[in-house]
Amino acid sequence: MKKIRACVLAIAVIAGSTGAHAVQPDEIMSDPGKESRARELSRELRCMVCQNQSIDDSDAPLARDLRLLVRERIASGDSDAQVIDFLVARYGEFVLLKPRLNSRTLLLWLLPPLALAGGGLALWAYGRRRYGSSARADDSLVKLTAEEEARVEALISGRTAKDEQV
Amino acid sequence: MIAESGHYALVLALALALIQSTVPILGARWRDPALMNVARATALAQLLFVAASFAALVALYIVSDFSVVNVYENSHSTKPLLYKITGVWGNHEGSMLLWVSILALFGGLVAAFGNNLPLSLRAYVLAVQGWVASAFYLFILITSNPFLRIASPPIEGRDLNPVLQDIGLAVHPPMLYLGYVGFSISFSFAVAALLEGRIDAAWARWVRPWTLVAWIFLTLGIAMGSYWAYYELGWGGWWFWDPVENASLMPWLAGTALLHSAVVMEKRNALKVWTILLSILTFSLSLLGTFLVRSGVLTSVHAFATDPTRGVFILLILCVFIGGSLSLYAWRASALKQGGLFAPISREGALVLNNLFLTAACATVFIGTLYPLALEVLTGDKISVGAPFFNLTFGPLFLPLMIAVPFGPLLAWKRGDLLGAAQRLTAAGIAALLAVAMLWAWTRGGNAFAPLAIGLAVFVIAGALTDLAERTGLFRVPFATATRRARGLPRATWGSAFAHAGVGVALIGIVCETTWNSEYIATMRSDDVAKIAGYELKLDGVTQRPGPNFREMQAQFTVSLDGRRLGEMTPSKRNFTARASSTTEAALLTRGASQLYISLGETTADGAIAVRIYHKPMVLLIWWGPMLMAFGGLLSVSDRRLRVGAPKPAKALRGLQAAE
Repeated sequence: MKKIRACVLAIAVIAGSTGAHAVQPDEIMSDPGKESRARELSRELRCMVCQNQSIDDSDAPLARDLRLLVRERIASGDSDAQVIDFLVARYGEFVLLKPRLNSRTLLLWLLPPLALAGGGLALWAYGRRRYGSSARADDSLVKLTAEEEARVEALISGRTAKDEQV
Repeated sequence: MIAESGHYALVLALALALIQSTVPILGARWRDPALMNVARATALAQLLFVAASFAALVALYIVSDFSVVNVYENSHSTKPLLYKITGVWGNHEGSMLLWVSILALFGGLVAAFGNNLPLSLRAYVLAVQGWVASAFYLFILITSNPFLRIASPPIEGRDLNPVLQDIGLAVHPPMLYLGYVGFSISFSFAVAALLEGRIDAAWARWVRPWTLVAWIFLTLGIAMGSYWAYYELGWGGWWFWDPVENASLMPWLAGTALLHSAVVMEKRNALKVWTILLSILTFSLSLLGTFLVRSGVLTSVHAFATDPTRGVFILLILCVFIGGSLSLYAWRASALKQGGLFAPISREGALVLNNLFLTAACATVFIGTLYPLALEVLTGDKISVGAPFFNLTFGPLFLPLMIAVPFGPLLAWKRGDLLGAAQRLTAAGIAALLAVAMLWAWTRGGNAFAPLAIGLAVFVIAGALTDLAERTGLFRVPFATATRRARGLPRATWGSAFAHAGVGVALIGIVCETTWNSEYIATMRSDDVAKIAGYELKLDGVTQRPGPNFREMQAQFTVSLDGRRLGEMTPSKRNFTARASSTTEAALLTRGASQLYISLGETTADGAIAVRIYHKPMVLLIWWGPMLMAFGGLLSVSDRRLRVGAPKPAKALRGLQAAE
């Protein structure tokens, strides 16, 4: 499966993976509440032999083992956080599709909001400098002179009158 | 013989590209029209030779010439003709040849239809195209030659990966490349403007149609790829935040921002410097996408390090073009004169806001895609950044943008009236609130987020309609006047309304599919009945049958709703002997915009079969939305204003005639 997957990637197509049959009928837990918890968790866990696939999507044998492991932990009464901790302790941070915030991932989480804030700030400063200074120096952008207003009036009324005539 | 001719044609194309990248620039420097016109001839000749080279490779695939390595590795004599042809770009070498062919196509189009461009601008633009083309011809000829022969040819080929033997491969990569590579034109225009040190509103008018065309293809290409993944991969997912997908999403986001900032530049002569930067960034992201996908760096940083020839070559191209163009930008941008002023609340201001959010969203995708690579290279730590990260960071950036979308077209240029715009959007707001209230009542106790998101989508769609109603004076003037005005509206206005409505439509599809998708996973035997979302699906039986180059196991389901028979669904599993691999062919039953989806799993020892059945409400809207967007783009391109080109000042026109 990994090989096919690599081929798919190798031709620049947008594709996830192949012929996958993630959750098998025999894996499903009898308690629907627990099963849906297991599904939610599975979506956040990476199948480590696949390319960026969650264990919920992948049909690699490892993904199946992990799905069964997640269900085993849930069945034995672990909370979601405990299941995650257990898997991270065993497989490392790599297993998480949503990295936890720590010194290594600080930038990852901070950069997107910073990009927006920085961009917004730059725009604000730029707008203030240009618009502010020009508005002070010359009010023509904001206010029309009486003469201009009269002309605009004439143009607007002339145009609508013509529009209705046609 | 065909292979050698194809190879030779490619070498000639490289030679032409080298001439195209130097002579016209000298011509422009020396003001020599003859030398500048070399660009046109070489661009057209280059297109001819690349087309010949591409046709040669197609011919090799059609006749199944297995003495060529590339054909041997990716084709098979029993493969249907369509897949023999699409197999040409179903591999690294062939897809790079498609890449340069499309690059040459765009260069040829500028050469053929750029008659209304100033001669020197056209010379510069085509020269920059020549640089990009030369780099990629060298890349193909040195590291990825598709025409290499095998000393002792095998009798049969190794066949194309079965997953790719689908109509999707015929459409998706060419569309995507038309989009990716199409942005090279706006890049070339930007670099040409920097080289010339001159840029005006007319420049934006020339650039816009090219950017629009690329954007339309990229939009359709991404949507098409998403639908392909949806029906081919067998679990009904349609977007995975996979690095390969992100590689195509980034140029799309930047390209969308570019379209909007080019409008400001054309109408108001403002945002020049920013538009130039966006043009450069958009194509740089296309190049980055090519690097990510082609170098193998995504599969593993180590795989890249062990066989780095191709990767390093593209990385070099990437550094030269991105670094070079950005340095040129840093050096020359300050020379460009700033244009018209505008108040923060104005059409321009709204478009700036659009650009802020789109570029921030693009930056988010960029960071999420490249951060794990950078971290691994720098520290050796491996982390994963997947769908949950992007949903959490990308979503919040897109929602405020959606709220702002309906306001933009209702604001006046220079200085707008936000309150007035809000008043005119009252009807749209009421429609949105009604939608939220109805959904809330209908899905009591369910997900609270979904009705709100759909309300937002309704607001965007109703806002687009409001814009049209406002412009035609619908409900205010007699109906005949309104229709007459509607006919008189510029097509670009219709285009933006359609495109904006498309965003809303896609959002409805996305929210419905992710929130109310139901699923049924079980092992079934003949005559078993599966019940899902009110539908009853009865498994009638399983049959085996042969295909052209595969054997398939097909299951027949009868679908009924309330005892009424709706139709049959036949999902199958195909086994391809040549590669000893299998694919799952999902069966789809479309009801309005919703779909039932069945895919087959393994058979158990006692003859039962694992099935996954999904009911996906409104799922088709996810792709109808982008189609609406692309249609809007098409309307915009067909706007007369863009076809006739930019008006030339009378004085300049006289000057030109005198020169001729």
